[in-house]
Amino acid sequence: MTTSAEPRVARRRSIRRSGAAVARPGFAWAAPATLFFLLFAVVPLVLVAVLSFTNWDGLGSPQYAGLDNWKALIHDHVMIQSLWLSVLITVLGVVVQTPLSILLGVWAAGKPRNRAILSAIYFIPLLLSATAISILWRALLDPNFGVPSQAKWLFGDGNLFGHQTSAIGVLVFVGAWQYTPFHTLIYQGATRAIPPVLYQAAEIDGAGRIRQFFSITLPQLRTTMITSMILMVVGGLTTFDTVLILTQGGPGTDTTISAYYMYQQAFKSFDFGGGSAIALVLVVIATIISLIVVKVSGYDKMRSSTEGL
Amino acid sequence: MKRRPNYLAGLGSLVWLFLIGLPLYVMLAATLQDRSDYSSNGPLAFPKHLTLHNYTQDFSNGFGHFFLNTLVVTIAVVAIVLLVVPPLAYAIVRSQGRITTGVFRLFLLGLAIPAQAVIVPMFYVISKAGLYDNLIGVILPTAAFSLPVCALILTGVMREISPELYEAMAMDGATPWRVFFQLVVPLSKSGLSTIVVFSALQAWNGFLFPLVLTQSDSSKVITLGLFNFQTEHGIDIPGLLAAVVLSMLPIFIVYLFARRALVQGLMGVGGK
Repeated sequence: MTTSAEPRVARRRSIRRSGAAVARPGFAWAAPATLFFLLFAVVPLVLVAVLSFTNWDGLGSPQYAGLDNWKALIHDHVMIQSLWLSVLITVLGVVVQTPLSILLGVWAAGKPRNRAILSAIYFIPLLLSATAISILWRALLDPNFGVPSQAKWLFGDGNLFGHQTSAIGVLVFVGAWQYTPFHTLIYQGATRAIPPVLYQAAEIDGAGRIRQFFSITLPQLRTTMITSMILMVVGGLTTFDTVLILTQGGPGTDTTISAYYMYQQAFKSFDFGGGSAIALVLVVIATIISLIVVKVSGYDKMRSSTEGL
Repeated sequence: MKRRPNYLAGLGSLVWLFLIGLPLYVMLAATLQDRSDYSSNGPLAFPKHLTLHNYTQDFSNGFGHFFLNTLVVTIAVVAIVLLVVPPLAYAIVRSQGRITTGVFRLFLLGLAIPAQAVIVPMFYVISKAGLYDNLIGVILPTAAFSLPVCALILTGVMREISPELYEAMAMDGATPWRVFFQLVVPLSKSGLSTIVVFSALQAWNGFLFPLVLTQSDSSKVITLGLFNFQTEHGIDIPGLLAAVVLSMLPIFIVYLFARRALVQGLMGVGGK
């Protein structure tokens, strides 16, 4: 791994040696993308804060409302509950997907023969949109025409969407179905990058397969685990499509997680100010996590796309 | 090195294969039978009378049009990304100014802005710009939100170009334009195909922006078409699933022909 300073120093030194001034692009090259991104991503982000202090029904002009939305939000038990639900679904997602994708990824990394056929099928959930996946599972788990209606011994009354526990279970399961293949791929790539010498040495020392897994593979995958888990956390906290299509936040408000609640407040109850306040809470949480990501993984210091993977 | 097969892991991966394969089989089987057959035989039965009726019906319900809309959005998003990201990545990698370092940090932080969090102000901006219920209004934010990942992928690839090549061009007195078109672009082909695939997938599968920024059938994209189908005729499961199959067909075709680029594009989804 090279540190950020090395290549730059080397470059400068060689410039001096060759004597020719290398023509470098100025900021103008970056300007179109930067302005575009500022306009359609950063400005809305600032606006979300502004709108959270207004009342707006989506039609006229937003009216300044002071702290009204925030006061209402603090006392809104659905909001408090939605935050807990978001955390619960996120944590369950990480707990289910991490061991699964490590085991599958490590296994897939070592078996070139089976890999081609299996990875072709493993990939399919990655190709589907979140919308398509949610609709597929909604249809498969339909209380009247789906699989549960055929297997009452396993699914009770067959209405998985009618109870909080099973509805959360469905959301976590569908999330795992959707994202585990992706994380499996990350771990597969990382496992292949482990130097074989380590395993050869372990073999000579007489370490068995399980010992090798815990003493070599897992420690070597540490950075990958951090990256993968952070992606799971950010993805989990912003789960939206799955909830909208699978449970509509129900039964009642039992699966109304924050991102869905924001959508409901703004686009269903036409309280865009209140929705913005919820959005701002989400942004703050996501930013804190992202700052931790940048610090922990050293993204901004990376010189090569393969580092840290 | 000789290793005995790991039966336990093999079994586990078979279970996972089953969990992935079964729903896909049920989906395909359901789309090939009539609605009444599906409800009477149940989802797990093998279809007795094969029919393509569900697919033709979807097309007569406007899916062809949604398909075209999605295609327009996808092509436009890819075009914007290809236009602005390569110069951006080139500037980030080669410029020594402080501003470009700041720009890179901006895009890194941009990775973490969840699209969900900005749908309210986006609705405000797009409505005020008179682009509500217009495909342009979907294209702009979708493209903007694929920029950070594309920038990260492409800067990674461009950093691998060795400084000696730049110096050789400098000896010839090449301008940044010539360096860009004769050196940087040709040597970043793999990265360019990755960002094309990534941004195309984002646009094709995008749901949130179309959901809040469009309304009428004339500007509906396919994911939204699926969602509306489900809320309005959710009971017609074979028809609905046929629409799901149709929506993923183009991606499958790309998968068959450009698997490597697709896999790399997919890995970009997670922000790598």
